[in-house]
Amino acid sequence: MVGAKPSGGETVLEVRDLRLELSAKDGARLPVLEEVSLKVGRGEIVGIVGESGCGKSVLSLSVLGLLPPSIRVAGGGIYNGERKELHRLGEKSLQRIRGKEIAMIFQDPMTSLNPGMTVGKQVAEAIRLHTGASKREAEEKTVGLFRKVGLPRPETLYHEYPHRLSGGMRQRVMIAMAVSCQPDLLIADEPTTALDVTIQAQILKLMKTLREEDGTSILLISHDLGLISGVCDRIAVMYAGRIVEEGAAAEVLRHPAHPYTAGLLASLALPSKKGTRLHSIPGSVPALRERGPGCAFASRCPYAADRCLAEKPALRGVAGSAFPRSAACHLLGEEGGLANVGS
Amino acid sequence: MSAPEAILELHHIEKSYAPKRWLSRGETLRAVDGVSLSVRKGETLGIVGESGCGKSTIGQIASLMLRPTGGSVVFKGEELVPGRRSPRDSRRSRIQYVFQDPYSSLNPRFTIGRLLEEPLAIRKKGTRRERRREVLRMLSRIGLDPAYADRYPHELSGGQRQRVGIARALMPSPELLVLDEPVSALDVSVQAQILNLLKDLQAERSLTYLFISHDLNVVHYMSDRVAVMYLGRIVELAEVGELYDGPLHPYTRALVDAIPDEPGTTPREAEIIEGELPDPRQLAGGCAFRARCPFAHERCGRQPLLEEVKPGHYVACHLLEPDRD
Repeated sequence: MVGAKPSGGETVLEVRDLRLELSAKDGARLPVLEEVSLKVGRGEIVGIVGESGCGKSVLSLSVLGLLPPSIRVAGGGIYNGERKELHRLGEKSLQRIRGKEIAMIFQDPMTSLNPGMTVGKQVAEAIRLHTGASKREAEEKTVGLFRKVGLPRPETLYHEYPHRLSGGMRQRVMIAMAVSCQPDLLIADEPTTALDVTIQAQILKLMKTLREEDGTSILLISHDLGLISGVCDRIAVMYAGRIVEEGAAAEVLRHPAHPYTAGLLASLALPSKKGTRLHSIPGSVPALRERGPGCAFASRCPYAADRCLAEKPALRGVAGSAFPRSAACHLLGEEGGLANVGS
Repeated sequence: MSAPEAILELHHIEKSYAPKRWLSRGETLRAVDGVSLSVRKGETLGIVGESGCGKSTIGQIASLMLRPTGGSVVFKGEELVPGRRSPRDSRRSRIQYVFQDPYSSLNPRFTIGRLLEEPLAIRKKGTRRERRREVLRMLSRIGLDPAYADRYPHELSGGQRQRVGIARALMPSPELLVLDEPVSALDVSVQAQILNLLKDLQAERSLTYLFISHDLNVVHYMSDRVAVMYLGRIVELAEVGELYDGPLHPYTRALVDAIPDEPGTTPREAEIIEGELPDPRQLAGGCAFRARCPFAHERCGRQPLLEEVKPGHYVACHLLEPDRD
């Protein structure tokens, strides 16, 4: 959606200079995320786009304190709307935040639901746990939520087990559960990847509705730039553990400032490219151990200069843009940089 | 609908699965229900549809890996008996299959060299040395360093593995490749590399492709003609531009409307279709799309036939039937 308010209002999540390290078996400390900063304002839909291994999922897990034991926060911090330091909270306090303040839905709705419990009960249980509602109240609320997320025959569906539901319906149940306690922030990690095209469109529409009706902020994580571009207010593009570009969705997509974003857009097999050769980014993402001192994209970048191999570019403001936006590229020099890269 | 230049024809293909005794409600599942299709030499015929529509089953039957319960597969005018196969059958090597998942479709205990040599070795083609030379030539053609011949699949990235999957399919010099979601498991930047490679190989070797995917943009990019499947049947088949610009079947229209807008363009006002695919075991007969179709009508209780409504444009929908009665 273009025209949404630029951030500046109330913030529900702030990630600041976050650095995550993975302890490898041989004792090496490998940086999974470096200098990641991100803000999500109230009622905003922010997209994080990147290819596998870029760190987008681990970023979302770190917000909820769900990192695997091998990965730890090695710098920076994660703060909620009340400026609480989420990365320092213990398991008990995190449990109070998860689901109530920040809820999450995952890619695969089948493995996220308990197969031995009816879907209605699972949602009602979550409501009772967080709000202390009575059984009756929780049940009524669940049926209401099922209706809200567009599940057919909510009263009957309440008593169904997950295996009786299609993938799209299960994802709706997950969304109902996630929004049951009116969280400030909903994190959706590839919520439509496992679903069919027509169902994908339905789920994305539902996300927009949730934002419009309840003002829920959404952090939408996806590998599919084309898919989420229509839903997000802002987009952050990640590459090899860093945010390489960030700004208003329409701006980033129309005039990408970072060569990686430009390359990604150019490699999409869009209808307008029929009959032409697709642009492709040569090579593949460097593995964790292969990341050198320079820009991680340098080995695949058509514009890479000596400086790119030696020194990591910092994220900085892009001049001449209507909305605040930034990119991490040495080529974005003083003169305004590569405006038309990749087009 | 067979044209003289057809390389592969499927006639009234049916594939149904009888219910298993345990835990089943006893209905037969008709995965493919009377599909006829003719693939022209040198073209790319795309097949799109949502999961469970039978597109992969069609691909497996076309590549003779799966035996249909009815119908016949005709390759260059000769009827082949699917399922009953000998690996050395030279006709069989004319049709090869590329799998979606480059992780599970390569034997982890074989080196890349052996994986590529295998299709020649089982057909006893050439000497060992000659086969090795072929393997190295193929590796450099698909953009991998010949040194990869001694590596194992786990040492390769997803895109490299898919290159190996394509190379393996090309080793017996096929005329037709069945590509079943060949880029769905890959990252966007790597997808483009593979799509470009497939285009190049097709031009060099005059290959015919049967390109199966759920990704409407990828199918649009690759195909000359496109068949849309819904629950085991073809509901529309046309030349690619005509199908995407002027879809006639209500389901095709829904699919085309569900394609996300091109990034950075003004959003279209698209209707999003309600509902989901019904359970194929519980179809009450008639048009399978009826329950989701905004134009459903009593006539739709009868199964519509795939008919040519414009030259080369076939649709199975009662709304588009020429007025006969």
